[in-house]
Amino acid sequence: MEEKRKKKMTLGQKHLITGWLYLLPAAILIFVFSFYPIVRAFIMSLEKGVGQRMTFTGFTNYARIFKDKIFVTTLGNTFLYLIIQVPVMLILALVFASLLNNRNLRFKGLFRTCIFLPCATSLVSYSMIFRSMFANDGFINAVLTNIGLPKILWFTNAWSARFVIIMALIWRWTGYNMVFYLAGLQNIEYSIYEAAKIDGASPTQSFFRITVPLLRPTIVMTAIMSINGTLQLFDESVNLTNGGPGRSTMTMAHYIYNTCFVSSPNFGYACAMSMSILVMVAVLSFIQMKVGDKRD
Amino acid sequence: MTKVQKFFAYLILIIASLLSVFPLYYMIAGATNKSVDFMRGRMTLGTYLIENYKSLISQQNLGRAMFNSFRNALILTAISMLVCSLAGYAFEVYHDKGKDILMTVLLIAMMLPFVAIMIPLFKMFSTWHMVNNYWAFILPSISTPFLIMMFRQAARSFPTDIIEASRIDGLSELGIFFRMFVPTMKSTYGAAITVTFMNAWNNYMWPKIIFQGDNQTTMPMLVANLLGAYTVDYGMLMLGVLICTLPTAIIFFFLQKSFTNGIVGAVK
Repeated sequence: MEEKRKKKMTLGQKHLITGWLYLLPAAILIFVFSFYPIVRAFIMSLEKGVGQRMTFTGFTNYARIFKDKIFVTTLGNTFLYLIIQVPVMLILALVFASLLNNRNLRFKGLFRTCIFLPCATSLVSYSMIFRSMFANDGFINAVLTNIGLPKILWFTNAWSARFVIIMALIWRWTGYNMVFYLAGLQNIEYSIYEAAKIDGASPTQSFFRITVPLLRPTIVMTAIMSINGTLQLFDESVNLTNGGPGRSTMTMAHYIYNTCFVSSPNFGYACAMSMSILVMVAVLSFIQMKVGDKRD
Repeated sequence: MTKVQKFFAYLILIIASLLSVFPLYYMIAGATNKSVDFMRGRMTLGTYLIENYKSLISQQNLGRAMFNSFRNALILTAISMLVCSLAGYAFEVYHDKGKDILMTVLLIAMMLPFVAIMIPLFKMFSTWHMVNNYWAFILPSISTPFLIMMFRQAARSFPTDIIEASRIDGLSELGIFFRMFVPTMKSTYGAAITVTFMNAWNNYMWPKIIFQGDNQTTMPMLVANLLGAYTVDYGMLMLGVLICTLPTAIIFFFLQKSFTNGIVGAVK
């Protein structure tokens, strides 16, 4: 029976089955290590208890989220980073990319490498660099003292600590996004810019009328990646400020981690909070895609 | 461009480049100076590198952390390249309706935040008695929709004529993939290797959860541990940061060109 079917199979069918075999390992791994856990996370978010003795509790974990002042604080912090850092970073990246796309400028390779270089550092590493630069007796304060200004205790004040995190994030990720824009710009015919110039368009005009509209798909992609990344900020919150002063710089992921793996673990509640991040990522990505799809 | 415009363009790029490079120079200055001098604002390269290194290895098991990080990142990158490029190739070359639907489903995984997955993942690996096992670090990161998509995009530019001709020449399907596809897609592999190795090397959250014993400490964990003391030795800290950054920086320099080319292919 099996033999007969194999003989009847055409070459095309054989190839289709070969294809399935090739993609099977990748697909299975994604199902086992992404889709199955996310379903488990949802189920666990409806449970309470520790270890193997988890019992069903309905939506009480979700009800708790809204009353949890710490969660609201971390939510506020994360969104503050999102609202300030993501637009500033993407605009800077876009400006640098369009400057580097100009054929009249020299040393473009050098500039590109320099601006992209921060991406070579790990998140923990650059957190440490910024922590040391902005330390009370650190470099920035030494410079401030030298030019006659008072010291700023960066990490003891909520707003200055948040400012340091935002600066650090912009430093680390602008070059990364710039590379995507440079890649996108390579797909735009350079002659369009030359034609626009002949028609008397200023560089600012070509930026807003040519670069931004034609790069829209890439901009949407980088925006989604940045939003996704910012909502899950962890390394910086832990290593740069340790969430402090108090909890004024702590991110949602940092709080979820603490709920799970520091002091008394509460997996159910942590899962409910992580589900709320999932919803936020989904909603914001959906909005981005809708905005990006709009045709003028 | 007028002269004024050019001047401002250069000015912006020079300032951006200096701001981008300065913290890295700061790191090197810190690693070569005594902590006290460095924190007083000394920004020239010093001669204290050896002493900083000595205090670093006296406090932390640097060799072990280096070995762990390289082992994890290299094994992960090698398997990931094989699995994801084969899948991306199959999704494009042998595509049919079912595979297109599956690809769309897999792309959803890109949206799933890791914080939501990590808790069940930790429970899974503890029931399998794999906490502190480096495969618990490697397995979840092998297959990513991003890489599959990147290779599928690359396979799109791979001429069907080559596949047909190779079949006539008697090459097996797997032979076509390894002998024809892999060698022509060097820049895509370069970009994919850069991204995967860097992500594996830099990952901090998942190792922090899954590796609880000292013998599995990775480089980012070692750097974070340097803060533990009451007074921080900044010279030693910056040296730790520098050592942790060197491997990714070297990869970055060697593969920068193919990284950018690979991204160009991916956003097309």
